[in-house]
Amino acid sequence: MIKKEVDLTPEERAMLQGSSGEAASKAMEIIMALARVYGARKLVPVASAQIAGVSYMNLGDAGLEFLLEWADAGAQVCIPAMLNPAGMDLTAWQSLGIPRSFAHKQRMVVEVYTAMGIQPTCSCTPYLAGHVPEFRQHLAWSESSAVSFANSVLGARTNREGGPSALASAMVGRTAEYGLHLDDCRLAHHKIDVRCSISSLSDYGALGYLVGQRVSNGIPYFCFRDAPWTGTTWGVGELPPEPLISGLKLLGAAMAASGAVALYHVDGLTPEARMGDMLASDAKIMRIDDLSKGYSALNSPVNNIDLVSIGCPHASLDEIRWVGELLDGKQITSDLWVTTSRNTREEAESQGLVECIEAAGGQVVADTCLVVSPVKMLGYHSLATNSAKMAFYAPSHVGLQVRFGSLEQCIQEATTGKWE
Amino acid sequence: MKLRGRALVSGSAEGVALSSLEPIGFLGGVDPETGIVIEQGHALEGECVAGRILVFPTGKGSTVGSYTIYRLARNGVSPAAIINANGDAVTTVGAIIASIPMIDQVDVSLIRTGMVVSIKEDLIEVE
Repeated sequence: MIKKEVDLTPEERAMLQGSSGEAASKAMEIIMALARVYGARKLVPVASAQIAGVSYMNLGDAGLEFLLEWADAGAQVCIPAMLNPAGMDLTAWQSLGIPRSFAHKQRMVVEVYTAMGIQPTCSCTPYLAGHVPEFRQHLAWSESSAVSFANSVLGARTNREGGPSALASAMVGRTAEYGLHLDDCRLAHHKIDVRCSISSLSDYGALGYLVGQRVSNGIPYFCFRDAPWTGTTWGVGELPPEPLISGLKLLGAAMAASGAVALYHVDGLTPEARMGDMLASDAKIMRIDDLSKGYSALNSPVNNIDLVSIGCPHASLDEIRWVGELLDGKQITSDLWVTTSRNTREEAESQGLVECIEAAGGQVVADTCLVVSPVKMLGYHSLATNSAKMAFYAPSHVGLQVRFGSLEQCIQEATTGKWE
Repeated sequence: MKLRGRALVSGSAEGVALSSLEPIGFLGGVDPETGIVIEQGHALEGECVAGRILVFPTGKGSTVGSYTIYRLARNGVSPAAIINANGDAVTTVGAIIASIPMIDQVDVSLIRTGMVVSIKEDLIEVE
């Protein structure tokens, strides 16, 4: 038993001692240990949990065994909880060429989570699939880009949880109060003075790549000289309009990949920056005059592209629409995966967008992401993407050579077979 | 020599120390089937953690490393206990789900490979 140093409520103490069963007691132990590691004084209720450790490729048999054991011990979630992307489209896996043995294990993983009461929303963009956190709401989310979006764009509060700790939080409805749950820890210590213009979605990613590399796990505060959203406003706690939502999603995802940025502010735009001064007085200043270094670092000299990947993080409905518009009346020569949440795919299907992309030879793939799918088994060697996060991870995680550029360049590559 | 730390996962264990002044990343750093450290260039590369009192400053790397620690335990090749200078989230969560006793806030440079170590709760005895 862990000694009491963290101030627990009687209910929390009872859960730790087993009042809600063995599994919940183990979950409390995990949260208590994190509280002690990070010096938290108490626990805080969380509104939802987003759980990583879903792809069988990353979990392996050990992870699956652990989940089965926990489920056997009576693990049940007590707050809304959803999953990170799985290693395949849970329904259309065969047409993607996913081996049956992999599919079997992957389905077992999702089934055991579902048995615990978790929604099988396998997505890195739960905020586009009906889970929009409220301003200042505490969460226990795992996926680094979702954590960044919830903290930065919506003003919710979550640290980046590991798979087991997010699951533990889902089971007891609490997390340790440290880090980004606290006001003092949300101030930016890096001012990013962006002097160049941002003219495409991939520019947000290139910018994020450069900033993440520099600030590591710090909090950046962006000041844009030439803000592309001038005149755009949205209510605190609401999703911003497109294309801003996709731009901010790609910016945050890139910073969480090249660095470990879990929160950023944008002067005059993000909710906390609109409501108060979020820039520390001793902030370091970083100036960005152009994005070419970001583009060159993320491009390998490859010209034969096997696969074009759009939707990292998962594509919004508008992104799917833009792909459809660019493909209209054309046929592609490379494979094309537009990855998205099941929910968004269904909306796209009802609007005829899936049909349009499929008519050109592409696929709209749900529940998964190339970084966590067994891409090597599918025989791909090179990839083009408009996501800096994907371009950053694809070489190291799945061994692909990468081209990184705008959505227009990616679709042009898919149709002409040439990267220009 | 007696040392006192902070018990992150309570328990008792005895064994021979395997000590590193470099952080350990479990995912990709330790083979979950054999318990052998496989990170290239690591001070402990080629050593086996099974049954040892594993002493290192702190963890590093992917959060999936918690599952690697669990897998070591399932395969019977986990360390008997973990001693850290500063416990991190990945190692601590791994030790909890694998039920491996773990103590931190210890001057790990005092415990060298080959020393016989026994731990009980927050107390460490080194022969």
